[in-house]
Amino acid sequence: MRDFYGTPLANGFMLGTAQYPSPAILAEAFRRSGASVATVSLRRESGQDRAGQDFWNLIRELGVHILPNTAGCHSVKEAVTTAHMAREVFETPWIKLEVIGEEDTLQPDVFGLVEAARILTEDGFQVFPYTTEDLVVADRLLHVGCEVLMPWGSPIGSGLGLNNIFGLRALRAHFPNVPLVIDAGLGLPSQAAAAMELGYDAILLNTAVAKAGDPAAMAEAFALALKAGKLARSADPMEPRDMAAPSTPVIGKAFLE
Amino acid sequence: MTPVTVIGAGVAGLCVARTLLDRGAAVTLIDRHAAPGPHACSWWAGGMLAPYCEGESAEEPVIRLGAEAADWWQAQTGSVQQHGSLVVSPGRDKADLARFARLTTGHRSVTGPEIAALEPDLGTRFTRGLYFETEAHLAPRAALIRLHESLVADGATFRQDEADPDACAMHGLTIDCRGFAARDTLPDLRGVKGEMLILSCPDVTLSRPIRMLHPRVPIYIVPRGDGMFMLGATMVEGRAGRHVTARAMLELLSTAYALNPAFGEAEVVEIGVDNRPAFPDNLPRIRRDGNLIRANGLYRHGFLLAPALARMVTDLILYDKTPEVSDEIAA
Repeated sequence: MRDFYGTPLANGFMLGTAQYPSPAILAEAFRRSGASVATVSLRRESGQDRAGQDFWNLIRELGVHILPNTAGCHSVKEAVTTAHMAREVFETPWIKLEVIGEEDTLQPDVFGLVEAARILTEDGFQVFPYTTEDLVVADRLLHVGCEVLMPWGSPIGSGLGLNNIFGLRALRAHFPNVPLVIDAGLGLPSQAAAAMELGYDAILLNTAVAKAGDPAAMAEAFALALKAGKLARSADPMEPRDMAAPSTPVIGKAFLE
Repeated sequence: MTPVTVIGAGVAGLCVARTLLDRGAAVTLIDRHAAPGPHACSWWAGGMLAPYCEGESAEEPVIRLGAEAADWWQAQTGSVQQHGSLVVSPGRDKADLARFARLTTGHRSVTGPEIAALEPDLGTRFTRGLYFETEAHLAPRAALIRLHESLVADGATFRQDEADPDACAMHGLTIDCRGFAARDTLPDLRGVKGEMLILSCPDVTLSRPIRMLHPRVPIYIVPRGDGMFMLGATMVEGRAGRHVTARAMLELLSTAYALNPAFGEAEVVEIGVDNRPAFPDNLPRIRRDGNLIRANGLYRHGFLLAPALARMVTDLILYDKTPEVSDEIAA
């Protein structure tokens, strides 16, 4: 498995920490998922007061890598400020960079994203950019110093799965050595398996687990799907074909006995 | 009569004091303030007695224990409105309504005309909803004040003072009901910030709490009578700050506006912010350590669960019955 800024991960499961019914259920979901990374949303008002630290302590106690994010930021400035706050609170150079450009689809503002990624990389951050599957944007992000790409599967929280298989496959093919993470839009474990079958290194999701009737069970289902998809990729899948290819030869077989 | 000191006169302390008094204990209630007011988290409550709706995100004990709340409040304060609650969603978020229906019980589906019949001021804006017919609501501030006054009238001693639970426990049985103020002695208690508004809008009449589902910001509005409405409440983890954020205001107000554009003319009478005391599973706890009992963690279920919490504290004291929400009974 490819490293993430020099850090090897035990598996490619990154799980969000928002929207769970309670922190206890969140912890149980992490336990059953075996996820190696927890993403945490951090807004600017946190960190001013120690009383606000209780929830962050619960996240730290999960014992996994923490990937703070700039969820909900709509401008470069806002994202950069939030990233600095996150580095202070969690003592990590990792930042999942989100610059939202459109409110209904929560589509990334890719222009602001490249700019924010440049500023943060120059400042020593290790940026995980939430982007689209656009090849040109991906190239620009790598050019400004990103070493990981996180294309969306579909809009955040939509559960629509992999919306543009062709584009995601092209991205994988164009950047064979860059760690790629499907971030956002996954609703079902089968979609996570499909992402891994495409050769992606990891998946990042939140709503599909947190909003399931039984979040812990859904977390485990995703972990199993991830494992299946990764194993299938390494097993070198067959090529699809247009015509039937019988698995048992028919020539020479007696048709009247 | 067993003498008992209750510290903290928010919803938990008042309910515990009342239940103990009703069972014959000699109750002393101590609070830093002379009467219920904005210093208490429960002052800012919605006052929804909606155990079935809460089942969407809360665990089973909340639904079961919450079922006893409406009768208790009606008997103690006579202020309960039994008109059910209504859950609606904008057309494009109908998946959230399906999810809410799947995760809760005690409701029936209602169509647009049925919604309009229940709440004429919602008109035909919503084509589908869920009606929780057996749920209720109350005006929380009036209920707190009524409970406080009746306690004193019925013989409880009230003292305005800064009390140290450990020091009190050296002199007799003490119940610490201080909510988030007890954070220093309960390391696993956290604060979940909530932001709410009180609106005055005489143009709109609603008979019951309305919950508006939304994938990011589910919000409810509770009629308080006389054209007053409580609009709440955000749930913010891990964030400090003593003031309402602009974003919360925007989200709260735009939800009210989506329910009925007449809310655009409403006056914002009050803005409330406080920290709900919560344990990691968002369920309350009763912890006994000799003469000191700590009852805390009502989270967003103060009015819903305080009567059951009070019953369990009383059963523990009078009959030595282990409460189901206790996790740490020290000898």
